Amino acid sequence: MNQQGRPTKPVEVLAPSPSTFTGNRALRIEEALIFEIGRPEVTGVDFDEPTDFAARDFDSSLGGLERKAPIGLPGLAEPEAVRHYVRLSRMNYSIDAGLFPLGSCTMKHNPRLNEKMARLPGFADIHPLQPQTEGAAELIYRLSQWLCELTGMPGVALSPKAGAHGELCGMMAIKAALAARGEKRSVVLVPESAHGTNPATAALLGFRVEEVPARADGTVDPVEVKKHLSPDVAAVMLTNPNTCGLFERDVVAIAAAVHAAGAYVYADGANFNAIVGKVRPGDLGVDAMHINLHKTFSTPHGGGGPGAGPVVLSAALAPFAPLPFVTCDKEGARLVSQDENLGERKPFGRMCAFYGQMGMFVRAFAYMLSHGADGMRQASEDAVLNANYIRAGLQDLMSLPFGDRPCMHEVLFDDHWLEGTGVSTLDFAKAMIDEGYHPMTMYFPLVVHGAMLIEPTESESKASLDLFIATLRDLALAAKRGDTARFSGAPYYAPRRRLDETRAARQPVLRWVKPEPVQEAAE
Amino acid sequence: MSTRYTKDHEWIRLDGDVATVGITEHAQEQLGDIVYVELPEIGKKVTKGGDAAVVESVKAASDVYSPASGEVVAVNDALGASPGAINEEAEGKGWFFRLKLSSPDELNELMSAEQYKEFLASLE
Amino acid sequence: MRYLPLTRQDRGEMLARIGVAAIDALFADIPPDQRLTRLPDLPLSKSEIEVERELGRLAAKNVPAGAVPFFVGGGAYKHHIPASVDHLIQRSEFLTSYTPYQPEIAQGTLHHLFEFQTQVAMLTGMEVANASMYDGSTATAEAVLMAHRVTRRKKAVLSGNLHPHYRETVETVSRLSEHVTAVLPRAPQGEGDILAAIDGETSCVVVQTPDYYGHLHDLRPIAERAHAVGALLIAVFTEAVSLGLVTSPGEMGADIVVGEGQSFGNALSFGGPYVGLFASRLKYVRQMPGRLAGETVDAEGKRGFVLTLSTREQHIRREKATSNICTNSGLCTLAFSIHLSLLGEAGLRRLARINHANAVKLAAMLGAIKGVEVLNRTFFNEFTLRLPKEAATVVDQLARRGVHGGVAASALEAEPQELRHLLIVAATEVNTDADRASYLKALQEVLA
Repeated sequence: MNQQGRPTKPVEVLAPSPSTFTGNRALRIEEALIFEIGRPEVTGVDFDEPTDFAARDFDSSLGGLERKAPIGLPGLAEPEAVRHYVRLSRMNYSIDAGLFPLGSCTMKHNPRLNEKMARLPGFADIHPLQPQTEGAAELIYRLSQWLCELTGMPGVALSPKAGAHGELCGMMAIKAALAARGEKRSVVLVPESAHGTNPATAALLGFRVEEVPARADGTVDPVEVKKHLSPDVAAVMLTNPNTCGLFERDVVAIAAAVHAAGAYVYADGANFNAIVGKVRPGDLGVDAMHINLHKTFSTPHGGGGPGAGPVVLSAALAPFAPLPFVTCDKEGARLVSQDENLGERKPFGRMCAFYGQMGMFVRAFAYMLSHGADGMRQASEDAVLNANYIRAGLQDLMSLPFGDRPCMHEVLFDDHWLEGTGVSTLDFAKAMIDEGYHPMTMYFPLVVHGAMLIEPTESESKASLDLFIATLRDLALAAKRGDTARFSGAPYYAPRRRLDETRAARQPVLRWVKPEPVQEAAE
Repeated sequence: MSTRYTKDHEWIRLDGDVATVGITEHAQEQLGDIVYVELPEIGKKVTKGGDAAVVESVKAASDVYSPASGEVVAVNDALGASPGAINEEAEGKGWFFRLKLSSPDELNELMSAEQYKEFLASLE
Repeated sequence: MRYLPLTRQDRGEMLARIGVAAIDALFADIPPDQRLTRLPDLPLSKSEIEVERELGRLAAKNVPAGAVPFFVGGGAYKHHIPASVDHLIQRSEFLTSYTPYQPEIAQGTLHHLFEFQTQVAMLTGMEVANASMYDGSTATAEAVLMAHRVTRRKKAVLSGNLHPHYRETVETVSRLSEHVTAVLPRAPQGEGDILAAIDGETSCVVVQTPDYYGHLHDLRPIAERAHAVGALLIAVFTEAVSLGLVTSPGEMGADIVVGEGQSFGNALSFGGPYVGLFASRLKYVRQMPGRLAGETVDAEGKRGFVLTLSTREQHIRREKATSNICTNSGLCTLAFSIHLSLLGEAGLRRLARINHANAVKLAAMLGAIKGVEVLNRTFFNEFTLRLPKEAATVVDQLARRGVHGGVAASALEAEPQELRHLLIVAATEVNTDADRASYLKALQEVLA
C-alpha cells in the first residue's frame, strides 16, 4: 500500500505566469524552420538501390548537365518531420475545431467519407493517360449530370481548377461565342459589390470593366443595367445571391435585357449554397456559372486550396466548352481530349493539362450521393435559416446596411454601430479570435463601410449558433461600453499577436536565406 | 506660388517653371502605411488627369493622376527605400515627381488649400 | 441526415425567433415562376454504406498504377510517397483550415508556405518562388502573361517540344487575351533551332527541359540570346524529381521557372489536384502572380509569417491585378513540402539517380528489340521509342498483357503522322527488375 500522498489541487497563484526557457507554453510549441532544424545529409526516406549503382557515371546520358552545386535542401528523419508538422498544425484554426463564419466562403463541414473515397486506389492511383480507367470517366460523367440537373443548364466544363479559373473559362466561352457571331465587344458590366476575381478575369481577357452601382437595398437595378447596355457590352457578371447576402430578385428582367442586347449573363456561383434545390440558375437566364466545389460541395479548403471550379453552360455557350469534355453513349462514358470528331462542338481551347481536379470530383460526388436531392435542398434551407437566426440575434446591436429584411445564407453588417466607440471592424474581428472564433469576412463587399459578412453554413448546430450569437453580443456591448483594451490589443491569446504587415510589405523577406558566417572581430 | 489641389487628392506646387507633385495628407491617411510607389520614368510625358504613378499600402492600391500636363524631369528616388516618408510628410518630403509644365494655366483650374479643405468637409 | 445537426424542433424554434412561419418565407425573393416545387430529379440521400458501395464499384473499374508494371509519364509521374505524408496532410488543422488571411491563427499554414517557397526557389535555382499555382500548365500560361507585363511586348516563342497540353493552355490564354504565340515545329529527335526565332518583338521564350520527349536542354545559349534582345527565358519542367540530378534552370540563366510539382507528395489522381511551381528573379517579384508568404514580427517581437505584397492580387487590385487567381494548391503544396523535407538533399539526389539509372537500364533493354529505336541521346527518367507499329495500338496490346507501357505521342496530338509510331516511356524508382522483365517480354510479343 502506498502511504505517500502528494498535493492534488492547484495552489492559488498570485504572481503572473512565469516565462519559460523554450518560449513554449505547454502544448503550444514554438517551432523553427526546417532550414534551421534539418540537415542536407539527413533523410527520412530509404531506397533500395540497384546493385551497380554507386559507381555509375551518367555524364553522357545527361549531356554534361549533371547538377553539381549544392542545393541547400534540409532533410529530416521521419520522427523529426512528424513532430515539425504536427507542431505547425497546432497553430492553425480549422473548421474541424470551430465555426468559421466567413461570408462568401461557405466553410461547411468536410465529410471524412469524401477523404476515404478519394483515397481508393482506383481513384487516387490512376494516371490520366493510362489505359483501363472507365470508372473515372463514368464518375466524371455522373458528376456532370448532377451539376446540370441542379443548375438547370445543359452543358458543363469540368476542367477549371478553381472558381477564378472557372470564371476565366466562362468568360472565354462568351468571347468565343461572340467571335463565332462575327462580333467583338469590349465592355463587361460588373456590380460594385462583385468579388475581385470578376473584374480581374474580365481585364485579363482584354475587356474594359464598367461598374454598375447597387440600389439602396443592395441589389442590382435592371434600370441601371439597361442604362449601361450597348452593342459594345459582351456580358454582365452577376453573383446571385449577391455578395451582400441578398437574392437578386430582378435577375430574370436583367437577364432578359442583357440577352436582348446580344450579350451574355455570367453568374459567379460562389453563393450557390443558398439556393440548391430551391431555384435553378438556368431558369433565371444565366449563360455560364462556375461552381466552387470547395464551397457548395464540401471539398476541404486545405489552407487555401486545392479547389475546383466547373462551369455550367447554357445552350448558347455549351458548344464552345473547352477540351476535354465528357460524353456518354451506349458504350459508356468517354473523355474527349482532341480536336477530331467534334461534331457540333467548337471548343475555344484548353484550360489546363489533363481533365481537371479528379480528386475533388470524387469528394464532391461522394457528398452529392450522401445528401441526395432531399439532403441538398435541406442543406440550403438550413444554411439560410442559420444566417437569419444570427441576424435576428444580433440586429438590435449591430447595424444592417440594407435595413431589417431577410437575408439568404449570409448576413451583412456594416460598422455604423461602432461609430464613436474607438473600435473598428478589424479590432472587433481580432477580439473574436480570443473568443475562439475565426473572424467573419471583413471589409468585403466594398460597397458597405467596414463590412462584416457572416455565413454560418448548415453545418452549425443551434447550440453552436447560440454561443456564437451570445459571444458577439458580449463583444458588441463591450465595444459600445468603450472597453477598447479588449479590442485594440487583440488577439491576446493566439499563437501570435498582431503581425507587422507594413514591415512585411516594405522589406519583403520571401524565403529563408542561409545566414552569413559571423566574422571573428579582430582584437 | 501656393499649392494647388485636385479632387483626386493630389497636390502640385510650382517653383519657377518646375512643379512638384504628391498626394495629400488626407490621401495618405486613407491608404494607411504606404509600402510601395511606382513612379513614372524621367522623360515621360503626362497629361492633366492622366495616369502618372501608383501608390500602394498593405491593403489598398491607388492610381495617382497628374494634376497638370508636362514632362517628368525628376522623381523622388528616396521613396524606394522609405515609402513611409509619404505618411510622415505627404506634402513635403513625401513628394512623388517633378514636372516641367507645358500649360501652366491649367493650375488655375485646381483648388486652393481653402477650397480643398471645404471639399474634404463635403465628403464627410 | 448525418451532416445536418438541426432537428425539426430546432428549426421550429429558430423560425419563431426570426419571426416567420415557414422556411419558404426566407426565400420569398425568388420569383414565383422559377421557384422549384419539386425536388431535383436526382437520387435521394444515401447512407455511408451505400455511398461506399457505389463509389467502390466505380473505383474497381480502374486499374491502379501500383497494381501493374507501370511506365506511364507524359506530365505526371508514379513515385513512392512516404506513408507519413498522407497522414500529416489529413490532420484537421491542415485539411480543414482556410486561406491564411488571419495570420495570428494560421501560422501553421504560413510557416509551411514560407518553407515551401524556399524549397521551390532552391530546387529551381531561383531567387524567389510563390505559394503555388494550380498546376504546371496554368503556371506556364501565367509566366507568359508575366513576361508580357515585364517586357511590355506581346509575342511568346514556344518551343516545339513543350507538353502538348501546356502548349494548348498557353495558346488558349494567349488567343483569348489577344497576345501572339509563335510555336516552333516539334522535334522528337531533339530540339530544333530555337535561337533563330528570337527577335526584338519576343517577350519570352518558353522551353521545357526535360522536354515532352524526354530530351535535356542546355538553356545557357537560349538565355543569352533572349537577354540580348530584351526578352525573358521561361523554363518549364513536368518532372520535378529531375531537379535532383540535372542542372537547374536558374543556374542556366532562366528568368522565370515554372513546372509541375506533383511528383513530390501528390498522388496521380487522374490528373488533379496537382501543384504548380512558380519561381522568378527577385527584381520581377511585383509582377508575379499568386500568393506570397513573407516573414515579419508580431507585436511582441516574435518571428511570424503573413501573406504579403497582396496589392498584386485580385482582392485589392481587381481589374489591375497580375492575375485573377485566388485559390492556390494549398494542401498539395504541403504534401510536396513534407515529402521534400523527408527526402532532404541527400535523399533527393539518391532518388533522382535511381530514376535515371532505371531509365538508362530500361532504354537499353527495350532498344535492343529489333525494330525499336531509342530517339534520345539525353534524358532524365523519360525517353521516346520509335516503334515499327502504331504506338497507340501497342499501348492497348501491352495493357491487355498487364503492362502499362507508356504514352503514345499521338494520344495527345493526332497530327502529324510521324508521331503515331512514337511511344514515350517513363521509369521511376517504383519499377523493379521483374517489372522491366515483364515489359520486355510483353513488348517483344506485341511486336513479333
